[in-house]
Amino acid sequence: MSLLDVRDLSVVFQRRGERPFTAVDEVSFSVEPGQTVGLVGESGCGKSVTSLAIMGLLPQRGNKVTGEVNFDGADLLKLRPDDLRDRRGRDIGMIFQDPLSSLNPVIPIGTQVAEVLERHRGMDHKAALKEARELLDAVGIPDPTRRLKEYPHQISGGMRQRALIAIALACKPRLLIADEPTTALDVTIQAQILTLLKELVDETGTALIMITHDLGVVAGLCDTVNVLYGGKIVERAERHELFARPRHPYTHGLLNSVPRLDSPRGERLHAIRGSVADNIPWAEGCAFAPRCDNVVDACLDGTPPLEPTANGGDLRCNNPVSEEVAVP
Amino acid sequence: MSDPIIQPTVGAQRESVDPSAVTEKREGTLPRGLDRLGERKRARLEQLAQATADKGGVSLVRDAFRRLRRNPTAMVGASIVALFVLVAIFAPLLAPHDPAQRFDELTKNLTVDSIPGASSEFPLGSDPLGRDFLSRMIHGSRQTLFVGVLATLIGLALGVLVGALAGAFGGWVDNILMRFTDVMLALPALLLAISLVAMASRSSQWTVILAVAIVNVPIFARLLRGSMLAQRESDHVLAARALGVKRGAIVLRHMLPNAMTAVIVQATLTLSTAILEAASLSFLGLGDPDINRAEWGLMLGVDGQRYFEVRPELAYFPAVAIIVVALGFTLLGEGMREAIDPKSRR
Amino acid sequence: MTEPTEPTGPLVELRDVKVHFPIKSGVLFDRTIGHVYAVDGVSLAINRGETYGLVGESGCGKSTLGRGLLRLVEPTDGEIVFDGTDLRALKDEPMRRIRRRIQMIFQDPLSSLDPRQSVESLLVEGLKAHGLAKDKAAVDKRLREALAAVGLPASALSKYPHEFSGGQRQRIGIARALVLEPDLIVADEPVSALDVSIQAQVLNLLDELQDERGLTYLIIAHDLAVVRHIADTVGVMYLGGLVEEASSDDLYREPMHPYTRALMSAVPVPDPQVEDRRERILLAGDLPSPANPPAGCRFHTRCPWAQPTRCADERPALREVLDGHRVACHYAEDIAAGKIRPHEVEPELVRPDDGAAPGETGELIPTP
Repeated sequence: MSLLDVRDLSVVFQRRGERPFTAVDEVSFSVEPGQTVGLVGESGCGKSVTSLAIMGLLPQRGNKVTGEVNFDGADLLKLRPDDLRDRRGRDIGMIFQDPLSSLNPVIPIGTQVAEVLERHRGMDHKAALKEARELLDAVGIPDPTRRLKEYPHQISGGMRQRALIAIALACKPRLLIADEPTTALDVTIQAQILTLLKELVDETGTALIMITHDLGVVAGLCDTVNVLYGGKIVERAERHELFARPRHPYTHGLLNSVPRLDSPRGERLHAIRGSVADNIPWAEGCAFAPRCDNVVDACLDGTPPLEPTANGGDLRCNNPVSEEVAVP
Repeated sequence: MSDPIIQPTVGAQRESVDPSAVTEKREGTLPRGLDRLGERKRARLEQLAQATADKGGVSLVRDAFRRLRRNPTAMVGASIVALFVLVAIFAPLLAPHDPAQRFDELTKNLTVDSIPGASSEFPLGSDPLGRDFLSRMIHGSRQTLFVGVLATLIGLALGVLVGALAGAFGGWVDNILMRFTDVMLALPALLLAISLVAMASRSSQWTVILAVAIVNVPIFARLLRGSMLAQRESDHVLAARALGVKRGAIVLRHMLPNAMTAVIVQATLTLSTAILEAASLSFLGLGDPDINRAEWGLMLGVDGQRYFEVRPELAYFPAVAIIVVALGFTLLGEGMREAIDPKSRR
Repeated sequence: MTEPTEPTGPLVELRDVKVHFPIKSGVLFDRTIGHVYAVDGVSLAINRGETYGLVGESGCGKSTLGRGLLRLVEPTDGEIVFDGTDLRALKDEPMRRIRRRIQMIFQDPLSSLDPRQSVESLLVEGLKAHGLAKDKAAVDKRLREALAAVGLPASALSKYPHEFSGGQRQRIGIARALVLEPDLIVADEPVSALDVSIQAQVLNLLDELQDERGLTYLIIAHDLAVVRHIADTVGVMYLGGLVEEASSDDLYREPMHPYTRALMSAVPVPDPQVEDRRERILLAGDLPSPANPPAGCRFHTRCPWAQPTRCADERPALREVLDGHRVACHYAEDIAAGKIRPHEVEPELVRPDDGAAPGETGELIPTP
């Protein structure tokens, strides 16, 4: 049985006097224990909203969440707020993009880690502090004993993200959700954090959901990759498969449009035309149709279904990129 | 997407032309890929694209105005304010009598412990001098509006001058002006106003207006200076400098107008406090000595207080009028603040 | 259009440019208690019609250098020679006038456009400032041309910045620079605020405009892949100084400075096979504070190749190691030849507020 099984998750935002907006549209995916799953897409594709919906962290008002989020046999969407809060700290950890705003600025880092341990693992303060020291040590924070007493503004961005990872890992969660964990960091620090995450996943057997817009981050880390567009999953594939033979024109276009360090210089990038604002509603057809190079008549006859491919992935496209077209 | 609640406004932002489309249109062909589509489907796609396109050309001010109109609280405030202004403008037409005239039929019934109440001719009865209370209430709105608006405008003008100088020049000009406003802010507003009125040799409605205006100068000055400094650091001011725009033009065309929005909202809110402050001064007997002038604060302070045991309505009506009008301006001001900066909404 | 004048000879030359910001403190009177050495002695030249890419991580001073070039921040020292004129010697008014020829594109296209101005007034502003807005019809034509050049319809003129998407706003920012027909465009992180699929559109646009108009670019970015794609020459900055400079191909083929190597190995590549194979050079610790930079080679505190001699006490000059390949490292040749092997580095703790705290060590982050 999967550790996490998301079934037909939809999130609709509804504000007074405005048209309802479907941010996440019947997204289904599952995460096996110890697996790393990527959710990739550009801003507005619904990847962050998906993670917030799974964690039950969306604001109470102004949105409607439907579907199922089965974690370890229980539907998280149906849990009472108290039970959910309990799960959130103990079984599921989360890392956010901005480490400074995710940490409480007026509480020392050690206390913030220790609090989680006291609450979810019932440790006394002394034992929790000792464990906190070890956690900070494990995520590679130099001189952890002194760091325990320091405040978030006293350490650098990379160290803050490490502290946040330490908090997320405090209760040895079985699932870790990382929402753009390295976007706010410099490349060399990003490399440190990604290496750390990879090691932690290997050592502790935690499952990881990696939410990012950066295909490069996914390429080195994730086992399975879900590509989101306009709130729907448009392609799902095993990592090597996805990057070697992207079938959806959007995935294909994305991979072609990023300048690569190892690609030959001087040629034009193959940009996807238009922007997400050109999307048509899924009910009318494929949201990507107006920007798509492969568009055919069928693309305007309602939502294309997500169908299994020969290579064990899933694809939502009427006229996929042929398998022979490799990424340059 | 750090804030999931900010939804992309579908249609407001359309990448209507992109370079590939442009280059290919030059050659008279369709964007790549679209040639595969049938005639009907292509039309449908264009139709859908049209549906999400918007007419555009909506400035931020108009956009804010649209949001303001959709906000029920702001509309309640605006209605109160509109009603108040209308009453003030048409007071001579609305009032059944001359507010200064003492009527014999009222004066003859005046005793120490009774003031005539409502009658068909005088719907709100008499004031302690035998004048028509309703007419005085209606005319009082004029005075209140006049004092409130003028005090706010004078305060605004002086505050903007001080704030703009401090914000534009910075350095020691800023230092001196801001220390000065600090001193003024350190004094309680009413105390400052009372001292200012007391300093005048003869109090009149102008001393009240000036006192209330001066009390508000440091508030406007501080606010404007703060947002001017924020503007000075902003990217678009840097961009203007990079363009080679002259210093004066940057201050007048970029920093000041963008900083003014906050000040204008504050001015609406200040209208309500100015009305309250002017009323307080009148209440304390520091206002206009002309007993014929109808003014809510004066009516509340002198007549209402003295004859509260006899006829409490003399206090209730002006008090309620002051509160409602002040509330109207406050609601409108808060609504404007929200409309200008939708993120401040909770 | 600006004719691409003789393709040789630098359009801009920076000589030992320094930008130091004073750190002030005090109750009544501010005293200068130190300096942030944001840019500390950078010399480079940008040839006409070429693109110079400046890369580095946040805090390395690349943006400050770009603004210093335009004197949007005042350089503390050094020479900035633009087309034969020393910009630092210019008084305010001539400096303002010469800005027509040096334009800037900003990172955040929304905040760099005055929200109250329509696109038309945004574009006209520069023309007015330089007295070029005399003839109404000519101005109109010029605006339409600029918009067409960046791929926006003429109907955009009456709209406001908030009505456009991110990519379109950046196009407006580019149009605003183009309208003045500059010789040099300084682009500070022109695509980093944009979505991946839009980045490619803007990069292609910059490329096209350069081909059409013979523009010279200084592109400042943190993304090595972006810079390598668009630039002819790349300069790598670390802590206020240029550590390596080479043609884009050379730099990628053979990065010689240890920092460049680490930076290059850290950039994720969207290809699992490359990602699985590649060896990462993980740098230990964080960037030291520019208010308190390490003595000697700025990078020696994090350098896996640091040697006991020279590195800690002698600041290496940027010297030409190979033809057209300048490196600021004492041991560049030895590292390239494989004579020096990388070793483990103890990370020094860096505090964001008060600079590097000396002498503290902690957990080892092993470097492969």
